[in-house]
Amino acid sequence: MDTAVTAKKKWWAGGYSPFNVNYGKLMMWYFLLSDAFTFGALLISYGTIRFSSPSWPDPNEVFKSFPGMGHANLPLMFVSLMTFILIMSSVTMVLAVHAGHHRDRKAVAKWLTWTIIGGIAFLSCQAWEWTHLYHEGAWWGRNPFANVDGTVASTNFTNFFFTITGFHGLHVTSGVVLNIVILINVLKGTYEERGHYEMVEKVGLYWHFVDLVWVFVFTCFYLL
Amino acid sequence: MSNEATLHSQQEVMHGAGAHDHHDHEHHDSFISKYVFSMDHKMIAKQFLITGIIWAIIGAFFSVLFRLQLGYPDATFPWLESILGHWAKGGRITPEAYYALVTMHGTILVFFVLTAGLSGTFSNLLIPLQVGARDMASPFMNCLSYWFFFLASLVMMASLFVQTGPASGGWTMYPPLSALGDASIGSKIGVDLWLTSMALFVVSQLLGGLNYISTILNMRTKGMSMTKMPLTIWSFFFTAVLGVLSFPVLLSGFILLLMDRHAGTSFYLSDIFIAGKALANEGGSAILYQHLFWFLGHPEVYIIILPAMGMVSEVLAVNSRKPIFGYLAMIGSLFAICILAFLVWAHHMFVTGLNPFLGAFFVLLTLLIAVPSAIKVFNWITTIWKGNIRFTPASLFSIGFVSTFISGGLTGIWLGNSSIDIHLHDTYFVIAHFHIVMGVSAFFGMFAAIYHWFPKMYGRFMNNTLGYIHFWITLVGAYLIFWPMHYEGMAGMPRRYFDYSSWTSFNQFEGLNQFISFVVIIVFATQLLFVFNFFYSIFKGRKLTTMNPWKATSLEWTTPINPGHGNWPGEIPEVHRWAYDYSKDGRDFIPQTEPIGPNESAH
Repeated sequence: MDTAVTAKKKWWAGGYSPFNVNYGKLMMWYFLLSDAFTFGALLISYGTIRFSSPSWPDPNEVFKSFPGMGHANLPLMFVSLMTFILIMSSVTMVLAVHAGHHRDRKAVAKWLTWTIIGGIAFLSCQAWEWTHLYHEGAWWGRNPFANVDGTVASTNFTNFFFTITGFHGLHVTSGVVLNIVILINVLKGTYEERGHYEMVEKVGLYWHFVDLVWVFVFTCFYLL
Repeated sequence: MSNEATLHSQQEVMHGAGAHDHHDHEHHDSFISKYVFSMDHKMIAKQFLITGIIWAIIGAFFSVLFRLQLGYPDATFPWLESILGHWAKGGRITPEAYYALVTMHGTILVFFVLTAGLSGTFSNLLIPLQVGARDMASPFMNCLSYWFFFLASLVMMASLFVQTGPASGGWTMYPPLSALGDASIGSKIGVDLWLTSMALFVVSQLLGGLNYISTILNMRTKGMSMTKMPLTIWSFFFTAVLGVLSFPVLLSGFILLLMDRHAGTSFYLSDIFIAGKALANEGGSAILYQHLFWFLGHPEVYIIILPAMGMVSEVLAVNSRKPIFGYLAMIGSLFAICILAFLVWAHHMFVTGLNPFLGAFFVLLTLLIAVPSAIKVFNWITTIWKGNIRFTPASLFSIGFVSTFISGGLTGIWLGNSSIDIHLHDTYFVIAHFHIVMGVSAFFGMFAAIYHWFPKMYGRFMNNTLGYIHFWITLVGAYLIFWPMHYEGMAGMPRRYFDYSSWTSFNQFEGLNQFISFVVIIVFATQLLFVFNFFYSIFKGRKLTTMNPWKATSLEWTTPINPGHGNWPGEIPEVHRWAYDYSKDGRDFIPQTEPIGPNESAH
C-alpha cells in the first residue's frame, strides 16, 4: 500500500480513506450528525409547542438570580457566566488538541485538565440553577411562573426546560467522563507510545459539539 | 488536522492489516469468543439472522392468531385458551389480546425482523466481503450492536409475559392512548417495556449504522472505487445513512413520551377526559408525536426496502448472466429515494388535522418517489430481459420481489393523494398496500438473499425443491391474502377492528375474510417449511465443492468456502473492474479481481 501523499492520488479509488482520516474520526462525525438530529427534534418540539401556546413566561423574569446575591434582579447574568465557562472550556480543548499535534504530552495534560475543570464548573452551575428553580416551585409538571401577559402558563415551559437542559447536561457529563478517561491515557503515555494524539481530537470533536448545542439551547430558552 | 498524525494513523492501519495476515494460524477462538461474543462480521450476521428468524416465527404466528378471530369470529378454539390462558377465555381471543397481538405483530415484523434481521444480517455479512475488507471498521462496536439488539429483544419478549400484557395501542404507539396508563390495559407497563426495548434497539441501529458507513467509505480494498461497488453495498450505505439520521428523532419522541407517562409532563397531552374525569394536562400536542414518529417511520420503510432492492439487483444480474441495466441510474435512484424519504413523512397524517395546504406539498413530494421507484423497476426488468435466466430459488424470489413491488407500489400512488387518502385512510386498502410493497417485497428480497448467500454463510446449499415449493406457495398466497383486502378497503372496511359482524355493510365480506384467514394458515405453514430447510441445510445440506457456485464476479466468492476471521488468507485481492462483467467478450463472467485486458474497455 502506498502511503505517500501526492497531489495526483485518487482518493476514492479504494485502498485508503477518501477523507484521509481514521475510521474512528469518521464515525465520530457521523455520530455527531446523528446526535444533532436528536437535539434538533427536541428543540423543534419545543418550538412547536411554544408557537402553539398563546403566551409564554419571560426568561428575564425567571432567570434573574445569582448565587450569594439574595434577591438582586440580575437577569441572565448567571447563565451568561455558565455559557462563558463552557465556551472557555472549548478554547482549552482547542489548545489540548493543538498540543497533541506537537506531541507535547505535558501541555495536552494541562489543557485537558482545564477542560475537565470547565466542564465540572458548568455542571455545578447547572446543579445550582436547577436547585434554585426547584425551591421556587418549578419542576417537571409544575410551573410557578406566569406568562409574560399575566395569564397562567401551562407546565410546558418547565417541562421542556428541564428535559432539554437535562439532556444536554447528560451530554456534558459523558463528555467530562470521556475527557477524564483520555486524560488518564495521556498521563499513562498511551498516545505517546501510539505516536499520535488522535483520541484527543475525537473527544475534542464531541466536546465542541456539546458546546455548540448549548449555544442553541441557550438561545432558545434564555434569549428568545 | 496535522499531516503527522494522519501519517501515523495510516501506518497504524497498515500495521493492523499486517497483523491480521498472521492472524489465521495463530489464534484459537474459544466457544464464547467464536459463537457468543463474536467479533467476526460473518458470525454476527448469522446471529442477527437466526434471532430475526425466531422473531419472524413469533410475529407471523401472532398474525395467524388474530386472523383466526377475523376469519372465524363466532368459532371457538379451545387450544387457544391452553396457550393464551385468560387472554382467550373459552377459546375466543379477547379484544385486549387482539389489540396486543396486532401491535406486537407490527412492532416485531417492522423493527426486529425486517430492520435488524434483514439489514443487520446482510450488511454485516456482505459489506466486508464485497468491499474487500478483513472485517468491519470496528468489530467491537459491531458485536455491541448485536448484543444491544439482543437486549432489546429480551425486553420486548419479557413484555409479552407481564400480567397486563404487552403494549397494545398499535405499533405506532400514538399518545394519548400510549401516554396514559389508565387509558387501557395495554397502556400500562407494557408500553414502558416497549419504549425501553425500542430505545435499546435505536442504540443497536446507531452502532451498526456508523460501522457500515465508515467501513464502506474507509475500508474498500485497492481499486474498489465507489462506482465499482456492487449495488448491494450502495443500498446498505443509504440504508445506514437513513438509520443514523432518523432513529435519533424517534428516540427524542420516545423520551418525551416516557416523560409524559412518568414525570407528569404534558408534551403530547391536552384537554383529556378519562372515565368522565378531566386530567390536568394542558398545552401539549398529540400531533407533535406523530410528526416525530413518522420522521423516523417513513425513512424506516426505506430502511426496510433498500437492502432488499440492492440484493435483488445483484441476484438478478448474476442469475440472468447480464450486467445490471443502468448501474448509475440505480445508484441515482437509491440516492433520490434516500433524500425524498426524509421529506414525505406527513403523508401518514393527512387526516390527523394537518393543514391541508401543507398536505399539498407532501402529496407532491410523495408522488415524486414514483420516479426513482419506476426507474428501478424498469432497470430490473431490462436486466432480466433476454437474459439467460437460471431459475434458482433466489432468482425466483427476486422476480417475485419485482412483481410485489410493482403491484404494491402502484397503490401507493393512490394513497399518496391526500384527497383519495381521506376515503382510504385507516382501511384495509392501506393494510394491503403496505403489506405488499414493504412486507412481502422485503421478505422476498430477504429470502432471495438467504438462498443466494447461504452457501457463503454455511458452506452448504439449501434444498432447491423445498425452495421452489416455498416460493410458489408464498407468492400465490401473498396475493390471495392481500389482493382481496383492497376491495374491503375500498368498501370502507376500517382496520384494527376486533369484530366486523355487527356492521351490516361489512357482512358481505364474511366469506372473504374466512378465505384470507385460511390462506394465512397455509402460507404460515409454508414458512415453517423454509425454517426447516434453513436449519436442516446448516447441518445436512449439500456441501459446496467450488468457491464460486453461482459464477459471480463479486469479491465474496474469492474467499475460501469456509472463510476464517479475516476472510482472505494472505493478501486482500485488488479490484480492477466493476461487479457486473457478465457475458462480456464471449466470456460468461469476469471476476472483479481480473485486470482489464489490453484489447478490452472498462464498462
